[in-house]
Amino acid sequence: MNAPAANLPPVSARQPVVALVGNPNAGKTSLFNALTGSRQKVGNYPGVTVERKAGRLALPDGRVAELVDLPGTYSLTPRSPDEAVTRDAIFGRMVGEKRLDAIVAVVDATNLRNHLRFVLELKALGLPLIVALNMVDLAARDGIQIDSARLADLLGLPVVETVAVRRKGLDALGAALSARIGDAPLTPPEERGSDVRALQKQARQLAATVETSVGSAKAWSQRIDRVALHPVVGPLLLALVLFFMFQAVFSWAEAPMGWIESGVAALQAELAATLPQGWFLSLLNDGVLAGVGAVVVFLPQILILFLFILTLEQTGYMTRAAFLMDRLMARVGLNGRAFIPLLSSFACAVPGIMATRTIDSPRDRLTTILIAPLMTCSARLPVYAVVIGAFIPARDVGPFGLQGLVLFALYLAGILGALVAAFALRRTVTKGAAPPFLMEMPKYQLPALRDVMLGLYGRVTAFLQRAGTIILASTIVLWAMASWPQPPVGGTKPPIEYSLAGKIGAALEPIFAPIGFNKEIAIALVPGMAAREVAVSALGTVYALNDVSEDNAGSLIERLRGAWPLPTALAFLAWFVFAPQCISTLAITRRETASWRWPIFMFSYLFAAAYVAAGLTFHIASALL
Amino acid sequence: MTFFASHRPIDALAVGEIALIAAIDRAGLDPATAQRLCELGFDEGVDVEIVHRAPFGGDPLAVRVGNMVVALRREMARLIEVEAA
Repeated sequence: MNAPAANLPPVSARQPVVALVGNPNAGKTSLFNALTGSRQKVGNYPGVTVERKAGRLALPDGRVAELVDLPGTYSLTPRSPDEAVTRDAIFGRMVGEKRLDAIVAVVDATNLRNHLRFVLELKALGLPLIVALNMVDLAARDGIQIDSARLADLLGLPVVETVAVRRKGLDALGAALSARIGDAPLTPPEERGSDVRALQKQARQLAATVETSVGSAKAWSQRIDRVALHPVVGPLLLALVLFFMFQAVFSWAEAPMGWIESGVAALQAELAATLPQGWFLSLLNDGVLAGVGAVVVFLPQILILFLFILTLEQTGYMTRAAFLMDRLMARVGLNGRAFIPLLSSFACAVPGIMATRTIDSPRDRLTTILIAPLMTCSARLPVYAVVIGAFIPARDVGPFGLQGLVLFALYLAGILGALVAAFALRRTVTKGAAPPFLMEMPKYQLPALRDVMLGLYGRVTAFLQRAGTIILASTIVLWAMASWPQPPVGGTKPPIEYSLAGKIGAALEPIFAPIGFNKEIAIALVPGMAAREVAVSALGTVYALNDVSEDNAGSLIERLRGAWPLPTALAFLAWFVFAPQCISTLAITRRETASWRWPIFMFSYLFAAAYVAAGLTFHIASALL
Repeated sequence: MTFFASHRPIDALAVGEIALIAAIDRAGLDPATAQRLCELGFDEGVDVEIVHRAPFGGDPLAVRVGNMVVALRREMARLIEVEAA
């Protein structure tokens, strides 16, 4: 390696930019994590909803490069917005990305011939290029020997063997980069079309020359797939995995959620004891703490859900789940890829909608975003718990509890509603042909703890930032609406009825009366706009109970029993299957679709569906009971 | 579009039966999809095998092409013709 000026700081302070480029499933993100560790920054490219991941990479010659993890793509001909970012960054015309000084092409050693084709395409650009021959350990496991020196000769490029998950080959990669990165900025290459089939043929020949097969390839993955994709066992296994996941999400999260709730309550009590009574205390306790608490309380569930999803993604099982679910999704005009975002939406629609970025068809992606709020998120559970507790008798039906069955039916209603909505949307507002379903099914791998943890950290901070800021602002606004104007001296009704929210609720009453909702419900739905579970505490306020939380939910249950006829209670449950109230979901939809049109559409269609469902439930129940 | 009697669509292969790609009806695909198919390794002369058919009607298919497994629907699989290896 020629490393001039070794250990000396570079003359210019210019920070070189190095991009990791490669096929999906080449282990690019693992390599990025191994090279940058926790020194990474996740942001967004301006104007598009594609993540920009960058980190600092210290080179052995003392320079510090910026390492950018460009979205995985099969070629420089993009098929999705992510892939377009990679192409534009390489050609130096991506807004928000600097010009590149070198490219590291990450190649999966077990899939040389397909990945080499992309290397050949990149080589033609003329930028400094280094090949990271990744996962050489898995190639050895699969019985493939690769002569990397010969490959380097034939390609005319430096080839470094790496095992990203075990941090092997990182120093050699750094040394190769040092040698190839000059001090002067480079002119971006010109875009010229390439003949894919010719390159593919060349890559196959190249791979055949440097590879020696000493066993049957992919034996392990095929063996696992014989079970995971078995026509009978496969779906059962998937159901079992999902069942276990939901059990874990709800049971493991129970304790930490309790701690967060009592922590927030303790903080509120502390503030109430130290600050004088008045609007400022109310702002802090009922606005800020109640609002932020309402979001943070779901953090344990989201952490556990993403722990499962990221681990399953890393092992390669998620694409098998998408494969198994494709048929069902196809019936409503979607494809298997929509399965993972919808799964995430059971914890919270916000991370679910963010996860739709992996769907390559814009129409499929939009449809998935629009139906994501129909998956029963955990914010509906407090509402369901209170109403079921109040109105559904705790008796057994066969081996099952009636209350549990009703809860299950509500989940099922959400899923069916989503399927019907997708079916209708794909024939109307998101009409049009979707690109055919083509999905690489990567080999199985053991998940790497570092990659799962860094992924978890990224998702959680994104959730807290995006949902936290929005919900904080909106709860403060709704708090103000529910607090002002204040009740007149000697007012006998609950204070909320005198407030702006109360007046809006009262004005809305005639709209809700036909579906069996009384004035109290209409008023509670107004502050409940911020987040669905806020409706519970709002009901508490309306029914003149002070501070309804888990501890005195019992008293709210008693109160509701006396105040609502059964058909109203059932209609209220039906409303919440579709309920459009969640400012965070609407805000993230606006962000991900880059227009107000779709959140407004989402709110309107969910409102209409909730209204019809609640109305039907109310009238059918009134007629039957 | 079967040119030769010995050609059949990939869809007609039994699970585990290895064959060579004889022809791809690229005209039946939009250009971007035809290119992606090629990028995933589907090309004349490459060995393929159906490794799995999904439950509930055998759609989609998991096809091994070279060292890679790719899921695609039967509707597209019909455009890929194979001959005996």
